[in-house]
Amino acid sequence: MAQHQVNYASSAGLPIALTTVDHLVNWGRSNSLWPLTYGLACCAIEMMAAGGARYDFDRFGTIFRASPRQSDVMILAGTLSKKHAEFARRLYDQMSEPKWVISMGSCANTGGMFNTYATVQGVDRIVPVDIYLPGCAPRPETLQYALMMLQKKIRKESANMNKNTKQNLRLV
Amino acid sequence: MRKYTPKDNVQGKSYYTDRFWVAPRVPREEVEEGSHFETVVNALGSQVKESYIEVGQLVVHIDASENFAVIKTLRDECGYKQCSEQSAVDYLAQDGEFELFYQLLNHAEAKRVRVVCRIKKGEAIESIVPLYKSANFAEREMYDMFGIKVNNHPFLKRIIMPDDWEGHPLLKTYPLHGDEFASWYEVDKIFGKEYRDIIGPENRDPAKVERYDTKRFSRVGYEVPFGADISEGEKEQAIEYSETILVNYNAGTKQLDERK
Repeated sequence: MAQHQVNYASSAGLPIALTTVDHLVNWGRSNSLWPLTYGLACCAIEMMAAGGARYDFDRFGTIFRASPRQSDVMILAGTLSKKHAEFARRLYDQMSEPKWVISMGSCANTGGMFNTYATVQGVDRIVPVDIYLPGCAPRPETLQYALMMLQKKIRKESANMNKNTKQNLRLV
Repeated sequence: MRKYTPKDNVQGKSYYTDRFWVAPRVPREEVEEGSHFETVVNALGSQVKESYIEVGQLVVHIDASENFAVIKTLRDECGYKQCSEQSAVDYLAQDGEFELFYQLLNHAEAKRVRVVCRIKKGEAIESIVPLYKSANFAEREMYDMFGIKVNNHPFLKRIIMPDDWEGHPLLKTYPLHGDEFASWYEVDKIFGKEYRDIIGPENRDPAKVERYDTKRFSRVGYEVPFGADISEGEKEQAIEYSETILVNYNAGTKQLDERK
């Protein structure tokens, strides 16, 4: 008969890891950031490359989802026209809390070179943005870096999203 | 629109004042005897007001009311089976008119014809959708961009801009950055007009550096606390560069060679 008696009080210590709920929840959230499959323009090509085999978003736990109901992150990749702004906001509203937004590329950040009547001059006019990614278009490495920065940001946040008034700031 | 000034003897002038380069006119040639284009012009007969060859293609000026008949003749009798483009040019400031053009292609002869006509503002044009299916979207785009109404079009509705858009953006009087309606469009649509104050006007100059903004811009050579209000005047501080130590290698103390 095997002897499986464990002395919990011995030098190895108790087989229990103590942590905070914040830490645990944010560990889960930050390592399974599911972005919305949503490309607007040429930046979306770089976003697809970042999701593909060479750059491989899957190893960050980042898997593109085809439904806003299952997504945590909205990557606004490309030029947002004023006609489309309404639908981008609707998709953002359909995402469940907690949710984050990455503005990818010059066009999404400021309107970029499209300084015209038909382009939204920065997506932060319609959705609250967490990370702004410079570049035209940003390389997939830049998007990876942005994702890692977002993970860092999430790990610093409180797990209780009600405290984070940012999300509710511009809700209608 | 800017007034057109003749560009003769530009080299002779001491400086060239026109802001933009104006492309030289493409030469216009007569329709040659016995060519394919002559049969086209003859088939149209008296409906042709003016005709010439420009860059190897026939340009036919007609009366706007005869556009359907002329294009039908071109399609049925001259073999122009494809309408590759149809749109308008805004000459309202110059002539008070729109210039409409129809770009037609004959596959058998490998020839192109441009049918040109002019209409005044507020006038409508007859649709050629019964002749060419491809004119459907082109005419909708013309309506969207210029506000030119098309009679007997099956579905005349904006095609590029949103349905509730005000104004026709390709008119030369339309500002590039949009009018007030355009600049607040997405805010009004998503949040409502009362959110205009919260979201603020568009920043049309993304490279703008705000001098007193201590949240997004840093000072050169010294630091102020994040978000500090420095609009009342910031502390005068000299820029501190790191000291460069200069070594004079020529002023050696030891003379190595006594012969010198």
